[in-house]
Amino acid sequence: MKPRFLVPLGVFAVLVVVLFVGINHSREVGVLQSPLVGHQIPDWELPVLTDPAKSLGSRELKGQWYVLNFWGTWCYACRAEHPILLQAQRDARVQIIGVDWKDENDLALEFLAKLGNPYSLIVSDHTGNTAIDLGVAAAPESFLVNPEGVIVYKEPGVITAETWKREFLSRVPPQSSAPAATPGAS
Amino acid sequence: MRALLVLVALLLVAAGRMAWAVDPATMPDPALQARYEVLIHELRCVQCENNSLADSDAWIATDVRRQIRDMLAAGRSDKEIKGYLVSRYSEFILFRPEYSWRNAWLWGLPLFLLILGFAIAVRIIHQRSLLVDNEDEADVSHP
Repeated sequence: MKPRFLVPLGVFAVLVVVLFVGINHSREVGVLQSPLVGHQIPDWELPVLTDPAKSLGSRELKGQWYVLNFWGTWCYACRAEHPILLQAQRDARVQIIGVDWKDENDLALEFLAKLGNPYSLIVSDHTGNTAIDLGVAAAPESFLVNPEGVIVYKEPGVITAETWKREFLSRVPPQSSAPAATPGAS
Repeated sequence: MRALLVLVALLLVAAGRMAWAVDPATMPDPALQARYEVLIHELRCVQCENNSLADSDAWIATDVRRQIRDMLAAGRSDKEIKGYLVSRYSEFILFRPEYSWRNAWLWGLPLFLLILGFAIAVRIIHQRSLLVDNEDEADVSHP
């Protein structure tokens, strides 16, 4: 066999290796990377679930580390995530603010009464506008926000015990406690 | 045959209605409606990945379509609307990637491969024609 016939074979082999490595090691496999990571969180303000006359927003939370967790009673993956969030809340390193997304208040309150409440405060996004403004595609999704209001990490799916430690806690300074967020009157 | 034609016609009508049912919302101004139609066909449903916003009845697609209608009604340009959605969902939301240096390989590679293929084809044809010429000459010198 002449060596020149080996050239297409070699090119094919290189392509196979490149595509194999690319497909298996790409961080973007099935995951939508958020362009908002590393940037100020877009201003948001939403009514508090337990007292819709009051509201909470990014301004009130400035100066504190917090996790903004989008969930809904209609979301089965959120049920899988729930025990991890409950454990995370017991650790009390960083407060978790829940955004009850496209849901009914009664169903959300019933869900939390039955399964426990991992959130410092819960706000309701009935219209879904805040979810779009934060680039949320599906529930659950969570944002870790630093005291300057910068999104330092986004989890585009279910938080596991491992990702909670590796991606969230590792970014929060150990001395950071979880002060309770206080809503303002809307 | 006639029954088959009636069946096909009914299916076409049903398909049309199904497409309509995904997005029954319309804009009051026909010019805005036309821009809206183009935008929802050019933007991807971020949850269902291979459907456009126009084809998807997922909640998020419904909400993003509403957001687009609100922005169009507020006088925002198509570029501003696309820019806003890209800033939230990355370029993934665009079915047609932007022309940029970062995407140059994406747009340039097919053209490069086409030119490369053409050059290889020309070379092979040229070499074969030389072979034929040589054979002809050989035939002439040794009848």
